[in-house]
Amino acid sequence: MKRGWFLPITATLGFAFLYLPIMSLVVFSFNENRLVTVWSGFSLKWYQALFDDPQMLEAAWLSLQIAGISASIALVLGTLCAVALTRFRRFKGRTLLAGMVSAPLVMPDVITGLSLLLLFVAMEAMLGWPAGRGTLTVILAHSTLCMAYITVVIRSRLSDLDKSLEEAAMDLGATPVRVFFDITLPIIAPALVSGWLLGFTLSLDDLVIASFVSGPGSSTLPMVIFSKIRLGVSPDVNALATIIIGVVALGVIAASVVGYGAQRTSRPRRG
Amino acid sequence: MSLANTASRDLPPWRVLLRRLNIFGFTGRSFVILAPAAWLTLFFLIPLAVVFKISLSEAAIARPPYLPMLTFGEDGSVQLSLHLSNYLFLLSDSLYIDAYLNSIKVAAISTLFALLIGYPMAYAIARASDRWRNILLMLVILPFWSSFLLRVYAWIGFMKGNGVINNVLMSLGIIHTPIVMLQTDFAVYVGIVYTYLPFMILPLYTNLVKLDQSLLEASADLGARPFRTFLSITLPLSMPGVVAGSLLVFIPALGEYVIPALLGAPDTLMIGRVLWDEFFSNRDWPVASAVAIAMLIVVVVPIMLLQRAQSAVIEET
Repeated sequence: MKRGWFLPITATLGFAFLYLPIMSLVVFSFNENRLVTVWSGFSLKWYQALFDDPQMLEAAWLSLQIAGISASIALVLGTLCAVALTRFRRFKGRTLLAGMVSAPLVMPDVITGLSLLLLFVAMEAMLGWPAGRGTLTVILAHSTLCMAYITVVIRSRLSDLDKSLEEAAMDLGATPVRVFFDITLPIIAPALVSGWLLGFTLSLDDLVIASFVSGPGSSTLPMVIFSKIRLGVSPDVNALATIIIGVVALGVIAASVVGYGAQRTSRPRRG
Repeated sequence: MSLANTASRDLPPWRVLLRRLNIFGFTGRSFVILAPAAWLTLFFLIPLAVVFKISLSEAAIARPPYLPMLTFGEDGSVQLSLHLSNYLFLLSDSLYIDAYLNSIKVAAISTLFALLIGYPMAYAIARASDRWRNILLMLVILPFWSSFLLRVYAWIGFMKGNGVINNVLMSLGIIHTPIVMLQTDFAVYVGIVYTYLPFMILPLYTNLVKLDQSLLEASADLGARPFRTFLSITLPLSMPGVVAGSLLVFIPALGEYVIPALLGAPDTLMIGRVLWDEFFSNRDWPVASAVAIAMLIVVVVPIMLLQRAQSAVIEET
């Protein structure tokens, strides 16, 4: 096909649309001026201000902990769910389980947040647990959300998997549990890693659900950022954004380099 | 006999435990199913039932701020009180209906723009050389991994009165007074399209990359112009991608709270924002629950369409 001018130009404009705002955020994080968009010289003082802000640091540490724990709980539950849905052909309530696990993917955050808060309030009234709202309730809520995403990732990996390896192990007398830990798990390990990272990012990014289910003294990082930027632009938020974008960019580039390497080494074997 | 003995002695304790449990018909298999099923029932299904229940109860100044549905009289009688008043209230106040209609309008327009921007991008990526394709795909996915809140925040600095866009246009002499962009519907559209563009591009790309090039060559050989080929071959064949991408933008846009709250005008009515305000500002839990249930009804139709589109894609491959 003849290469026209239309596609390259629209694609370039599209990528400019995606990246110009992020780039301006990064550039102005090094601006000396308090007015974020008026350049008056290079400075690192907003990074200094960021690291001197105890509220921000506390919230960041809390968010990282919540994200790590939620992603880990969700990884275990999501793997079990994916195994049940791909390896057990028929069981009672299969459709219900499949529906329940994919519904949180498309459920509006405000509904998920409100419904979980009302559940926690009702549970506290009836059972006395969880006592009050705080870190624990945010972890429970985020685990449920992340589980839905992680199940999708692992489920698609499991259904792509060559079943003859598992069958061979089974024929040689290994129990299903042994087959899972010795054969299946090592093969799907990359999917487990990317699933966990996805869950970690989702939890770290969530504002709406956390706002509903967290309590006093357990403000997550997005909640602190949100209350700050509702009041207007603030240069130390730019600095924080630059750090996050830097970490993510490095991570994604590293992952794609590793993934590319793995692809290259695995190709000859498959062929 | 001795063989069985050594076998059970060598078993790790957890296996012994599993064997004991087996006697009760509790197998490893049922654990694999029951653990996620129990979790989802408790933290997904029951919460929705609780929302429905509270949407039928009466608001009160209490903790929690609603009256119980079942009251037990001293003579042992049980009184069940169901209130449809919250739903009637939603219907009687035009604020809620306007918010609904406006959410659907905003979501539909944003989806259209995301499609118009995303389609050529997805097509360009699908047509790019192997090397470029991977880089471009990574560039599409990268923003998704960084903070959503901060990407919306970036637009505040970009669009405000003395923001980047106005500064550039004014220094070029194109405009003399700053354009008001922030706190308008325009800003909400930009924010939604910007945030959900990757969701549009990825399914379209997956679809377009499988497009059989020989069909396009055949069409060109038969004398069709590129635009004609696009309309009669490429577009119809990519419809599953168009539907999946559009729904993936439309559904989250319907319930969006953060984008209208940060970029929209204070009176930009969207249903997610109404629910939020009803809960956090008015502290009216029953009305907030009724809004949630009504919102679910609006969202369910596109969700079912999405699931049909996805199962069609799965069958196709």
